[in-house]
Amino acid sequence: MKAAKSRIKNFLAQYFGDRELQDDENIFALGFVNSMFAMQLVLFIEKEFEITIENEDLDLENFKSINAMVNLLDRKTTVVAGN
Amino acid sequence: MNLELTTQQKQAQSEFKAFVNEEIIPHANQYDRQEHTPNELIEKLAQKGYLGAALPKDKGGRGMDAIAFGLLNEEIGRGCSSLRSLLTVHNMVSQALLKWGNRFQKENWLPKLASGEVIAAFALSEPNVGSDAKSIETTATRAENFYILNGQKKWITYGQIADVFLVFAQNEGKPTAFLLEKNSPGLTIKPIFGMLGTRASMLAELHLNGCKIPLENLVCRQGFGFSHVASSALDYGRYSVAWGCVGIAQACLEACIQYTNQRQQFGVYLKEHQLIQQMIAEMLVNIKASRLLCYQAGYLRDNGDPKSIMETSIAKYFASITATKTANKAVQIHGANGCSSEYSVQRYLRDAKIMEIIEGSNQIQQITIAEYGYQEYLFSPNLPVISQELTARI
Repeated sequence: MKAAKSRIKNFLAQYFGDRELQDDENIFALGFVNSMFAMQLVLFIEKEFEITIENEDLDLENFKSINAMVNLLDRKTTVVAGN
Repeated sequence: MNLELTTQQKQAQSEFKAFVNEEIIPHANQYDRQEHTPNELIEKLAQKGYLGAALPKDKGGRGMDAIAFGLLNEEIGRGCSSLRSLLTVHNMVSQALLKWGNRFQKENWLPKLASGEVIAAFALSEPNVGSDAKSIETTATRAENFYILNGQKKWITYGQIADVFLVFAQNEGKPTAFLLEKNSPGLTIKPIFGMLGTRASMLAELHLNGCKIPLENLVCRQGFGFSHVASSALDYGRYSVAWGCVGIAQACLEACIQYTNQRQQFGVYLKEHQLIQQMIAEMLVNIKASRLLCYQAGYLRDNGDPKSIMETSIAKYFASITATKTANKAVQIHGANGCSSEYSVQRYLRDAKIMEIIEGSNQIQQITIAEYGYQEYLFSPNLPVISQELTARI
C-alpha cells in the first residue's frame, strides 16, 4: 500500500502544487479543486488501480485524504480477491 | 503512434456518411425553418442503433469506441446540428446512468435508451442558473414514499419530446440527480421557439410544481449530482459537441469548395481569387487541427485516462471557435446567397454560435483550461525543462 500512497500523492501534486500534502489532510477542505476534479480523481483511481468506482463507493469519507483513498483501495481489492 | 482509423472505424464512417447524405442533408434546412424534428427521422436514427451508439452491446447498444462515436457525431453534425444535439443529450443521460445508475435503473432504462424506445433529455439549466450550475434553485424534498420537486428548468434540448429527464435539484441543500418521467404529476412542459440556432432541437421549459417522483428515481447519491453525475454527463456532452463542431466546419468547407468552383466574378472562378484562397486555407487548417484534438481526446477516453476530461474540454473549445470562424467565412464567401435561406451556410453560422455556449461556455472552458495549464507546467511531478525554469521563478 506504500506504493499506492505514493502514486496517489503524485497524482494529487498537480492540483496542490508545492504544498506537501499530509496523509490524513482533508483535500476538499483545502479548496484547490475545480468542478472537473471529482471525475478526474475517479478516472485516475480506476485506471491506476484497475478497479471500478461504483455508486456505493461515493462517500466523501472515501476520498477526503490520501489515507482514506488507500483504505478504499484496500477494501475494494480485498473484496475482489475474496470473490 | 498511429493516426489511421481502423478498418472497422472506416466502415462505420462510410455508413454514417451515407446515412447523413441520404436521410438528413436534403431536409435539414426545412427542419430548421419549421423548428421541428420529425418522428420518422428519429426512428431512422434509432433503427440504425445511433441512439445507443456508445452503450455496451450487453445493454442493447452498438458498443462503439470513442473514436467511432466521435465520427458519428461529426457526420450527423455535418448534416444537422439539431439532430446531433439529440445524439448528445440522449447519450449524456445514457452514459450518466451507465456509470452512476443503480442496478434497477441500468436494467430498466438502458435497453430502452439504446433502442430509442425512450428518448432522454438533460435538465440542468434554469432561468437564473447557467454557468454557475451548482447554484440550481430547483428543490427536491423527501416525503414518505417519494420526492417532491419544485422549480423550473430552461433550454432543455428535445424537452418537447423526451420521455425521461435527468433532472438536478437541491436535496437538503445538496445538488442531487433524479430521473423524471414526462407523465409525472406536477410536471408541465412548455415549448421554446425562436432560437438563433439549432432551431429544430425542440427546446422546452419544465415547470415542476409539487412534482412527485418515486424514491427509486434518485440517481447516484445525495450530494453527488453535480460533482459526479452532471460532470460525467457534461464531459460526454463536450466530446459529442466537439465532434459536431468539426462536422459543421466540414460542411462549411465543402459548401465553399463547391461554390467557389462554380461561381465566377471578374471573369474567373472565385477559387482563383487569392483572398478566397486565404479563407479556404484557414478553414481547412483549423478543421484539421480541431479533428486532431478530437482524435486525441477520443484516444485518451478509450484508455480511461484522467487527462481525457481536460483534453476533451480543449477540443470542444477549439472546435467550437473553429466552427464559428469557418461558418462566418463560409457566409462571407457566399455573399448575399450566404445570407439567404436558399443556402445552408447561414444555418451553419447560427448553429455554430450555439456551440460556443452549450456544455460550458467558452469563457468557462478558458478558465478551466488555464488552470490545467498551470497544473501541467508548474505542478506536474514530471516537469518538462521549461516548467522547471518557470517553477524556479515562484
